[in-house]
Amino acid sequence: MHDSGLSISSHLPAFQIAVPLLSAVICVLIRKARAAWLLATTVAWAAFAGACVLLNRVILHGTISYEQGGWTPPWGIELRIDLFNALVLIIVTGICAVVISASLTSLSMEVPEKKHNLFYAAFLLCMTGLAGMTITGDVFNIFVFLEISSLSSYALISQGATRRALTSSIQYLVMGTIGGTLLLLGIGMLYMVTGTLNIVDMADQLAMVGPNRTVLVALACVTVGTSIKLAVFPLHIWLPNAYTYAPAIVTAFLAATATKVAFYVLARFIFSIFGVELAFEQLHLDRVLMPLAIVAMFAGSIVAIYQTDIKRMLAYSSVAQIGYMLLGLSMASVTGLTGGIVHLFNHALMKSGLFLVMACVLYRVGSTHIDAMRGLGKRMPFTMAAFVIAGLSMIGVPLTVGFVSKWYLVSAAMESGQWPVAVLILLSSLLAVVYIWRVVEVAYFQEAPEDAPEVKKAPIGLLVPVWTLVFAIIFFGIFTSLSAGVAGDAARMLLGAGS
Amino acid sequence: MVTRHVILRSLSKVLIPLIMLFALYVQFHGDYGPGGGFQAGVIFGAGIILYSLIFGLPKARMVFRLRVLQIIMASGVLLYGSVGIATILKGGNFLDYNVLAHDPVHGQHLGILLVELGVGLTVCSVMATLFFLFTERRRREDV
Amino acid sequence: MFDPGLLNYWIIMILMMTGLYTVIAKGNLIKKIIGLGIFQVSVIMFFVSMGKVRGGTAPIAGEGFEVFSNPVPHVLMLTAIVVAVATLAFALALVVRIKEEYDTIEEDEIRELEAGEEG
Repeated sequence: MHDSGLSISSHLPAFQIAVPLLSAVICVLIRKARAAWLLATTVAWAAFAGACVLLNRVILHGTISYEQGGWTPPWGIELRIDLFNALVLIIVTGICAVVISASLTSLSMEVPEKKHNLFYAAFLLCMTGLAGMTITGDVFNIFVFLEISSLSSYALISQGATRRALTSSIQYLVMGTIGGTLLLLGIGMLYMVTGTLNIVDMADQLAMVGPNRTVLVALACVTVGTSIKLAVFPLHIWLPNAYTYAPAIVTAFLAATATKVAFYVLARFIFSIFGVELAFEQLHLDRVLMPLAIVAMFAGSIVAIYQTDIKRMLAYSSVAQIGYMLLGLSMASVTGLTGGIVHLFNHALMKSGLFLVMACVLYRVGSTHIDAMRGLGKRMPFTMAAFVIAGLSMIGVPLTVGFVSKWYLVSAAMESGQWPVAVLILLSSLLAVVYIWRVVEVAYFQEAPEDAPEVKKAPIGLLVPVWTLVFAIIFFGIFTSLSAGVAGDAARMLLGAGS
Repeated sequence: MVTRHVILRSLSKVLIPLIMLFALYVQFHGDYGPGGGFQAGVIFGAGIILYSLIFGLPKARMVFRLRVLQIIMASGVLLYGSVGIATILKGGNFLDYNVLAHDPVHGQHLGILLVELGVGLTVCSVMATLFFLFTERRRREDV
Repeated sequence: MFDPGLLNYWIIMILMMTGLYTVIAKGNLIKKIIGLGIFQVSVIMFFVSMGKVRGGTAPIAGEGFEVFSNPVPHVLMLTAIVVAVATLAFALALVVRIKEEYDTIEEDEIRELEAGEEG
């Protein structure tokens, strides 16, 4: 630490949490909407750059451990960044940066201007919480950051234009709080057994204690608690309402980050703390999670087909996509887990792209109902082209990211000899064809009604973020070494540490 | 209104200063004894709330404006955060108080004191703001 | 079956189930939030009773005291209580807004109003 530049950059993990938090507070103090937006955007892009540097450093030098307050772990709180959470951190900060860049244009439609600074404050707080959950090495910290991100996301959702945003928000609040509290109960039981809160230390202690009833109940509590935040199939009922009635920007952000971080937490608990042997060989978690994942894939897609509001349709499609991630996790093999992690990365790109397209449509047309989309293919060509590419990726067409994750999932199913599962993955992709095609058909092959008002092209402030994501979808669909390569290494690390 | 609740009004005139003083005691003895920012903030906030319950909202609002409370709230968090940044600038890890002063013990002392002060400011103003916002809402509806 | 040493866990579980039942069964939003509060408090009590050591004192070093209760769970709960307070305040604020918009805080009435909007 002789060079001051190096010494500052060695504090990057702490900055990932501290800078957004402090900027959120400054956003409360500055009352100008534009200044608050500028600050929030700068901070988000800086955090993204920091996350890239961190991933690079992890790839080159291995796991980073940062001691908060100079207390050595396991006594002090540690920030611990390995391949898995470095990838998740990139997704969280990257999506946050792209979406917040788009929000200056889109937000003015839905939220009164004098509330904008508070909106950005809540946005940054949500990002603080998500980033904190991702990089912390302390289980109680996970709970605290979970609640920070949850509370701010309830606030963001309640800013929707209609009054139904309020009821969706309180529904999410009730379910989310139960989930968070169950997670806390599970953490309490783990603390009782191990006497530590540090993830690495806890895993060591648990391996010595071996499974007993308290550990099993703790695993159950943690799984159910995070499953509520992850919106695993029967616990997903908060998700469609919350995504439909939240402001378009908020949906694009939360759909791509909140559930992904919940997935990360679940995987971290199962693989890094409890270990594969306990979770899958003694408790047979896969026998619960895999059927739920498959049911989610079909139920989510089938319900999505019958929706008339496109935002709601995409929300149900999220339920189905979470099923794919969970399926990858429940296979507990390197290929399967790689598929789950890659799908986490890819789905974040596609879904926030699609929801940002909805933000464009809402901005110009004023509705996301399927009837409002008639003839939009000609009237908003760039926007709808982005929808088509992201939609193709949802289906899993080659050269898009969707193909990469489906490939890993199908080959994982074949590897373990589960042919029916592989067939089911392909069948459920066909359902995605149906719901994406509905929109494409209406947008490109139906004429706009004659009395329809003139629709201008989407504003540049929204198109640039949308196309950034679309290019990412194609880029990572062709050059898979970053996403799938890192995910594969992360999966090997998780499974290696667990056995 | 002026003549009602004579006992409550005169009692609280004695009690509220004591409550606030006690809050300060809890705040500044939090580094070596039981106490700290959370508790002190809540006690101080309770003092403010008690004052506005007995002497009426308009009077309390003359002293504690919402905007001022908002600024105090934010500056509490900023104080906490800037202690963290200061420790980094002085060559330690985030929130490593040892480096704040020449002697690690003094450093710890100073760090805890400042951080708890930040916590106390924020908690106290959040409590008061919550109370004011909820009561304000009701009044707006009545009018 | 019944071990008096586990009394605290029985109480915590009863509290927790009471809270969960209230959240699920009651239609009134305020009652739901109260249920949520009971649910959270039961977990807070779980942590606090876990840290208590029989015969232990507060963890302040002094002559003649050797057995201390574990302060860590208690400190953790300080944060959890703050989280609970923030959740409660935010939920109440939402209920106030819902009351203003829908003129009711009964869940089934709200659902009827929403169904009317859609149909």
